Amino acid sequence: MSDDGIPAPEGAAALIETDYEIGQDNITPNVGPFGLDIHNPVFLISGLSIVAFVLVTLAFQEQSGEIFTHLRNWLTQTFDWFFLTAANIFVVFCLFLIVSPYGKVRIGGKEASPDYSYGGWFAMLFAAGMGIGLMFYGVSEPISHFSSSFADNAGTPESWAPLAGAAGDAEAARRLGMAATIFHWALHPWAIYAVVALSLALFSFNKGLPLTVRSIFYPIFGERIWGWPGHIIDILAVFATLFGLATSLGFGAEQANAGLNHLFGVPVNDVSKVLLIAAISGLALLSVVAGLDAGVKRLSEINMALATLLLLFVIIVGPTAAILTGFFANLKAYVIDLPALSNPFGRTDDNFRQGWTAFYWAWWISWSPFVGMFIARVSRGRTVREFLVAVLIVPMLVSVLWMTAFGGTAISQIVNDGYTAVSDAALELKLFAMLEALPLKSVTSLIAIVLVIVFFVTSSDSGSLVIDTITAGGKVDAPVPQRVFWAAFEGLIAIALLLGGGLGALQAMAVSTGFPFTIVLLLACYATWRGLRSEPR
Amino acid sequence: MFTKILVPVDLAHVDNLSRALEVAADIALHYNASVTYVGVTAETPGSLGHNPTEYAKHLAQFAQDQGKRYGFETAARAVVSHDPATDLDKSLARAVKEAGADLVVMATHVPNVVDHFWPSHGGKLATHTDASVFLVRG
Repeated sequence: MSDDGIPAPEGAAALIETDYEIGQDNITPNVGPFGLDIHNPVFLISGLSIVAFVLVTLAFQEQSGEIFTHLRNWLTQTFDWFFLTAANIFVVFCLFLIVSPYGKVRIGGKEASPDYSYGGWFAMLFAAGMGIGLMFYGVSEPISHFSSSFADNAGTPESWAPLAGAAGDAEAARRLGMAATIFHWALHPWAIYAVVALSLALFSFNKGLPLTVRSIFYPIFGERIWGWPGHIIDILAVFATLFGLATSLGFGAEQANAGLNHLFGVPVNDVSKVLLIAAISGLALLSVVAGLDAGVKRLSEINMALATLLLLFVIIVGPTAAILTGFFANLKAYVIDLPALSNPFGRTDDNFRQGWTAFYWAWWISWSPFVGMFIARVSRGRTVREFLVAVLIVPMLVSVLWMTAFGGTAISQIVNDGYTAVSDAALELKLFAMLEALPLKSVTSLIAIVLVIVFFVTSSDSGSLVIDTITAGGKVDAPVPQRVFWAAFEGLIAIALLLGGGLGALQAMAVSTGFPFTIVLLLACYATWRGLRSEPR
Repeated sequence: MFTKILVPVDLAHVDNLSRALEVAADIALHYNASVTYVGVTAETPGSLGHNPTEYAKHLAQFAQDQGKRYGFETAARAVVSHDPATDLDKSLARAVKEAGADLVVMATHVPNVVDHFWPSHGGKLATHTDASVFLVRG
């Protein structure tokens, strides 16, 4: 017989020998006309407890908002040092791997070749990772840090300024504001994603374990990982992903609603936001049904093209020279202030460190199972060094450029032109206020709204794929209705939480799932190091 | 009438394929045609292998066993897909063209309400390839 069509071998890799067969704990019930293929405890426990959680939130709307906000404040105030220390460890770990001999290990085996081109790969990881956040915070965060640093009370316990602030010194406040913003969007968040992505990719593509979070912990728990310790890790990952996505959906709906109100007079109320979430979940649903290549990747590429267009527009019609020189100045400011900003101990800027940095780290960590797993799935064939440079350094430079263009332009409008509309505007409207002062405001505002919505969709669709894979025991070919279910379910949770307690509740949930996952990520660093040691280089 | 028959197989559920496999064998013997068994897999580890290479070995063994059992020429074709759940039809259509198959014999389910808005794999193959398509109820 012939064997045409059989793919070339992927070369040497240190497979883990285990008796566990992927899908062995799955059940295949029929729900009406749909046949399912789900991991028995993980799917049912995650699904049922999330339903219970949403019902309780809806039944006790006022109390849930209070409880979640209290929980968030308690976690970020009590464990800020833990979040900051852990994030620093992730950065150091990734930088160490880049320069170490382990950087030569290839994901997927010694002779594996990449599945996606750099363009498609980068578009997908960026669109899943922080798209909506860049739209939401690109203008507002630099202004917030600039304003608090410039204010007279900068450096006092009441101030929200980073470090000691720069009271009355506009230039120093601008520099500090940009450095602090970039700090939240550059190395640390991407290192968090990279740790999860690299460990998942290594244990799945090189070690032959299922593509679920529990596989990372095989070196620690051994065969017990297929039992309850593994179930708990996977359920936690589903929770973190769902609540992380719900936070993002809430932010996106708020901003898109505000933008639509600004442009077309659409009323800002719960009905509009619910309709927006429903429409966006519908688009995400179409995307997951179209699949990874035809849906998710294509949308991510459209997204990147639009974002690049908007970025270039702001650079060209904004203060071009200031943005270009500002890029290097801000990068330098970031590098200089990085040790002080990332220091977990002996600081006096409690509001900034706890309210901004610890919250951000918890937020990124709550997103990391899904973004990391999604990045892992599309990163086969890269070496560890290539992977980490692309996941860590390139997004860092893009974030610096984006923040410089959007935030830097907005600060210039305030400082140089005396244009106060951008600082007076509500948080979700600051981007539109900044664009208003530039030419072609209707076109750019429309592009911005479309971007918010598409970024929304690209996070939701990749999140649904990830949750579907985890709850199917690592199977990526589970029946399509399952991913449809998760895409719709995410939308429903976002709506329920939005009505139940607004964004405070959403944020708090993200933070609370981020906390236990920080421990999981620290263990992942150790497991990855052990996994890499046995790989052929 | 037919020279090359393509039979899509889901190795995880071979039990459901017995009638389709027998029909394919009967037709192959009748027309002295060869049979290519095609399976679609992801790069990620699955129940049938740690990677596409291991999956392809399973499929090749399956094809060899079928050839021995029925006494005709067989081949195996493992198609690697980024997202097998959604790319199945495209992957199978590509396999039909690449293998030069003139008949596809495949197992199919009893239709239900979902088929009204979710096209069946057999229907998609019939509309997107030049091959004849023979659907066999399990």
